[in-house]
Amino acid sequence: METREFTCIGCPLGCQLTVTMNADDITVTGNTCPRGEAYAKKEVTNPTRIVTSSVVIKHGPLARVSVKTANDIPKGKIFDVMKEIRETVIEAPVAIGDVVIADVAGTGVPVIITKNAERVS
Amino acid sequence: MIQHDIVIIGGGPAGLAAAVAARKAGVQDILILERDGVLGGILNQCIHNGFGLHTFKEELTGPEYAARFIEMAKEENIPYKLNTMVIDISKDREVAFINKEEGLQVIKAGAVILAMGCRERPRGALNIPGYRPAGIYSAGTAQRLMNMEGYMVGKEVVILGSGDIGLIMARRMTLEGATVKVVAELMPYSGGLKRNIVQCLDDFNIPLKLSHTVVNIHGKERVTGITIAEVGPDRKPVPGTEEYYSCDTLLLSCGLIPENELTRGMGVAMNPVTSGPMVNDKLETGTEGVFACGNVLHVHDLVDYVSEEATLAGKDAAAFVNQTEKVAGRVVTLTGENGVRYTVPQSMDIDNMNPLVTVRFRVGDVYKDRSICVYYDGKLISKMKKKVLAPGEMEQVILKKESFEEYPELKEIVIRTEEEK
Repeated sequence: METREFTCIGCPLGCQLTVTMNADDITVTGNTCPRGEAYAKKEVTNPTRIVTSSVVIKHGPLARVSVKTANDIPKGKIFDVMKEIRETVIEAPVAIGDVVIADVAGTGVPVIITKNAERVS
Repeated sequence: MIQHDIVIIGGGPAGLAAAVAARKAGVQDILILERDGVLGGILNQCIHNGFGLHTFKEELTGPEYAARFIEMAKEENIPYKLNTMVIDISKDREVAFINKEEGLQVIKAGAVILAMGCRERPRGALNIPGYRPAGIYSAGTAQRLMNMEGYMVGKEVVILGSGDIGLIMARRMTLEGATVKVVAELMPYSGGLKRNIVQCLDDFNIPLKLSHTVVNIHGKERVTGITIAEVGPDRKPVPGTEEYYSCDTLLLSCGLIPENELTRGMGVAMNPVTSGPMVNDKLETGTEGVFACGNVLHVHDLVDYVSEEATLAGKDAAAFVNQTEKVAGRVVTLTGENGVRYTVPQSMDIDNMNPLVTVRFRVGDVYKDRSICVYYDGKLISKMKKKVLAPGEMEQVILKKESFEEYPELKEIVIRTEEEK
């Protein structure tokens, strides 16, 4: 049996959730609504996050342009995703939605541009 | 003198939404004056996601949210001047600005919309003792340097203040390889959103020390360390609780202040709680034809509410420009009490108001199981139960014009929190 503690992010109430795991049986206590239970179950089974950052851009208006993972990625992969993002160098111009990494850190999720950047010579 | 129907000061989310709304309300001659070299304001550096859930029903990053409004402004062909600094606005709406191409210019505005946003509270306003070495940044400055200009501002970081920008920067610096040693918060609660505490601090095991503040900054050339201490109920440091953290960077996320130098220069009546101008239900300040919206009016938690408020200011400025004559109606005052720190607007013309008016406010402390109660001249009109209220989250009540029909002599509206029995 394993127990873990979370703060629910569903609303400003921020319930302190306790999750008890017994083989396949997951019990959530401390929640005041069903959203808390769903959140805690996802956090112990498959926590995911969207990662946002910026990449080096050459010939752009500024040194960096912002990017994000197009979908959420497994929480445990955040730093692998960041490593690839930090190694990425692109050329202006770029537009919102352009893919800069097709499959980041083996997650199957692309990293895309979130800001239009014209080419500046 | 060159004249424009509506001149908007600031091309961030508030200015853009106001411009689009004014154009849609039929005003052709609009001009946006923006100090930066691009439109979009502070959203350009807020590269994290979570924007737009109310406005667009999807989760966008700051630059994506800004791009949606920039696109709308461009579709409407709304003229704007970049790298243009407004230096003075007179009571009769003459706007003086400077830029490199035109030098000093003065233009006459039919209506002015103030949308200058806000600024971070700097170290000088916090009275932190210690040396003045390099390595002390406001969180927003660090955010711009890292996200847009590509500078890593530090490797070992202490953050004072747990407002949303501080929390976001704790995660951002961690992702870029820095170690964030601690986030200290003077108050016994965080001013940031729950979700940011969890996803920016808990995810990376960054400790949040509530009721703590910085009592010393060490280092002569560059920050070498920070001493923090616990504070008592009087928010003064408790001797003997000092803890030293070795670090090279201190980020300050200690509140935002509406940027109202221009507003004050016009002699507009200000609200000491919001640090923004006093406005009526049309978001018009005490100076006729001058409207205000967004963070210059009061600091918002979500940009979606800025867009909503600015849309109203744009519509109301358009109505002001197009009106033939105005007959003043019955004006009532709005005030907050018992935990409601302020209200925006602070007065309403109940004869000329829109069918619905949104009153926004913040509470002064974390409250559980309270109701938000609305009183008309001392009579309880509505009661809304809230499981939790927090200073970090803006609240609102919506007042209906028809609700005033039974109160012909109404003088004041009071909004207060009350404990549930």
